[in-house]
Amino acid sequence: MSIKVLYFASLKDRVGRSGDELNIEAPLSVLEVWQRVNPNMNIPDTLLAAVNMEYVGLEAEVNDGDDVAFFPPVTGG
Amino acid sequence: MTIKLCAEIFDPWQELADFQAQAADMAGKYGATGIFVGTMRDFNQGDEVRGMYLEHYPGMTEKQLQRIVEQAQGRWQLLDVLLIHRIGQISPNDTLVLVAVWSAHRGDAFDASRFIMENLKSQAPFWKRETLESGQIRWVEKNSNGYLKKP
Repeated sequence: MSIKVLYFASLKDRVGRSGDELNIEAPLSVLEVWQRVNPNMNIPDTLLAAVNMEYVGLEAEVNDGDDVAFFPPVTGG
Repeated sequence: MTIKLCAEIFDPWQELADFQAQAADMAGKYGATGIFVGTMRDFNQGDEVRGMYLEHYPGMTEKQLQRIVEQAQGRWQLLDVLLIHRIGQISPNDTLVLVAVWSAHRGDAFDASRFIMENLKSQAPFWKRETLESGQIRWVEKNSNGYLKKP
């Protein structure tokens, strides 16, 4: 089972990658996904998360094949 | 509803003229058009800005914009909505965003266009990276609240 992790904007610069592939054995929470792929970085306070392009909280469940995105506050318009 | 992400300079007034010309079924039905045009400034937070790159999340950005417009359509009586947002490299004086709402009456047009714009600012996944006159590059950290005064 694998999931895709994406980073955007200043967060992409901070982690130094645009994404990760993560193999999982069972469903994880969004927070657990962050901790697996960034074990040495605390999750930023203002971080936003999406699963399959829908905003979610850090407790949301992530399953096989899901796309998880992490990004800073949005600044469009 | 028409939503477009645009990687090139666009003329909001031409887009409006073209849209209205093609919407023959709306003719005679709308009494109000609410329009917001956002333009890139050459200054921000006390610094001169030379240019800007607008990043987005392909797929999610369109999905969230569509959701915001659908919410507006659910709350107000709207005949049609046109939303165009720039992406990519942008220069001062370029149009960043166009929101246009057609309705029978002004209340729906004013309120729905405002709702779409404010929700776009807080929910649509776009991020601005500015290049200052000094050459420094920085990410814009957050959008301000657009509601300055209670109506």
